[in-house]
Amino acid sequence: MDKWKDNKAWFLVIPVFILVAFSAIIPLMTVVNYSVQDIFGPGNRLFVGTEWFKETLSDTRLHDALGRQLLFSGLVLLIEMPLGILIALMMPKKGWASSLSLVLIALPLLIPWNVIGTIWIIFTRPDIGLLGAAINGMGVAFDHTNSAGQAWITLMLMEVWHWTPLVALLAFAGLRAIPEAYFQAAKIDGASTWATFWYIQLPKMRGVLTIALLLRFMDSFLIYAEPFVLTGGGPGNTTTFLSIYLVKIAVGQFDLGPAAAFSLIYFLIILLFCWLFYQVLLNVGKGEKTS
Amino acid sequence: MARITLDKVAHSYIAKPSDETDYALRLIDNIWDDGGAYALLGPSGCGKTTLLNIISGLLAPSEGRVLFDGKDVTDLPPEKRNIAQVFQFPVLYDTMTVFDNLAFPLKNRGFTKQDAKTRVLEVADILDLTDSLNKKAAGLSADAKQKISLGRGLVRRDVAAILFDEPLTVIDPHLKWQLRCKLKAVHEQLKLTLLYVTHDQVEALTFANKVIVMYEGAIVQIGTPQELFENPIHKFVGYFIGSPGMNFMPCKIDGNRAFINGSSIPIDDRVAELGENLTDNLEIGIRPLYLEVHATEVENSVPVTVKSIEDQGSYKIVTVRLSGNLLRARLDEKSVVPPEKAWIRFPKDWIRLYHKDKLLTLQSND
Repeated sequence: MDKWKDNKAWFLVIPVFILVAFSAIIPLMTVVNYSVQDIFGPGNRLFVGTEWFKETLSDTRLHDALGRQLLFSGLVLLIEMPLGILIALMMPKKGWASSLSLVLIALPLLIPWNVIGTIWIIFTRPDIGLLGAAINGMGVAFDHTNSAGQAWITLMLMEVWHWTPLVALLAFAGLRAIPEAYFQAAKIDGASTWATFWYIQLPKMRGVLTIALLLRFMDSFLIYAEPFVLTGGGPGNTTTFLSIYLVKIAVGQFDLGPAAAFSLIYFLIILLFCWLFYQVLLNVGKGEKTS
Repeated sequence: MARITLDKVAHSYIAKPSDETDYALRLIDNIWDDGGAYALLGPSGCGKTTLLNIISGLLAPSEGRVLFDGKDVTDLPPEKRNIAQVFQFPVLYDTMTVFDNLAFPLKNRGFTKQDAKTRVLEVADILDLTDSLNKKAAGLSADAKQKISLGRGLVRRDVAAILFDEPLTVIDPHLKWQLRCKLKAVHEQLKLTLLYVTHDQVEALTFANKVIVMYEGAIVQIGTPQELFENPIHKFVGYFIGSPGMNFMPCKIDGNRAFINGSSIPIDDRVAELGENLTDNLEIGIRPLYLEVHATEVENSVPVTVKSIEDQGSYKIVTVRLSGNLLRARLDEKSVVPPEKAWIRFPKDWIRLYHKDKLLTLQSND
């Protein structure tokens, strides 16, 4: 058969091409472009090669921020994943109670992120905040603007309150998708509640939990608005996470070159971790090779 | 191993059923013998699975009692009833090996490792699973998975009955036959009470000693495959069993002949007697297998027009028109059928009369 001469079909790909170009490729390449130049002003720039990358990688404040970020994401995942699964297991499965609990649980997800920060500022104020005043009323001195530990606890609480619902909703969807026959078989086999969870529910939720873990990791690793509003990165630098530090460089000091290099490194770190998680979860439980 | 008694069991998914149509399962009163292989056969939605779940204890009947060997188990949960169930699709513990899957029911019941191992090896041997015992269950083929599901039932020595809920649905056609034979062999070897739900008549007829045909929540007939084929007591059984289903035509009886819109065929005197006083809703029925088709007129034959001939490979299905009624005949592959006009003969022995969908039997009039 002759090759088709008329290649007009390519035009059909153009919309997608334009969309991807504007949404991903052009912004990314702009950042790459910035990261290898020193920009003094419009039309006044200098090619510097990998200098910004070297500088960024040896920046100790960045190392500290990265350490805080990893600790934060790690702790958040350790709390949110089991808690979300537990909530999903306890949610009513049918009827109006199920719908109601779904709506109630989803509520924190509907609030804009900076509003969440504001809510928690007021909530935890030692003088008038419901939580802050209550804790102080019990005789424990609580003020997250003064103590690094308390700032962390407050941030973690806020994060867990804000995002555990997402894990719970995903886990709930995963649980509902398990065919009834599995539970019937488990009953007939005399499996305990724990065995049913461990051998049926958890393995069957693997797919949604992988997604939940990846989403939660990425989001917590990128967290900006809530700590920016709540603590502003303080007290001191104790809650300065990567994104907050990045914005300080890019917007505060207008160092576009170093900020761009920073962004790319940031991006690669997230990519690396997501890939690791994905690989681990993909293979967990399949461990023993069939012989 | 147990005799299963259903004592006036009925079930409705509606809280307060008002009339018969609210019941998924109408009144069922039956005893199934210990060691029998029973098939529950019926179309989708006829209540087969409801009945099965009532026996397994996954569902509590709205009315009536279930007894195993005379012991009332109606209020016992599934794990206390000693039944095993194989579901429509393989239900496995994906993360476990085949061995652990088989040992799981024993482990849950507190068997020692050694006892469990002995039993699992025995069952694996029966089911030809010995080679895959150390493999992950998730990676096996569908038929092996169904065997594991079955095996989880067999490992318990005290199992009262094994229930199958359309277990061959997801099995490849060429493996269906093999697995069915395996089931039969297991039944003969272990003498368990088996209850097999299916809508596939071939499965039911080859698997079971007794087939229970269900329709709209009620049992219409219980019998051996032969009884169901030769004497369907309800028109539904006639339609549902056999391929193609039984032929039915409205008729009137006069003397020892049945009149069908002008055509008439001779019938057995004793059969004629059954229907002679009935005028409404009287139908004559005959299996396609027993209808004879001839190219020329023979004794007691009636002329028909041939509508179509389907060659099914090993046999032919001929559709003919007799006074406005379509009839199907199942003929030998070698038989020659005239293209337009033919004569058909109704062998007297195989003519059945139905009144209001029910078979008129000789015994009932004796």
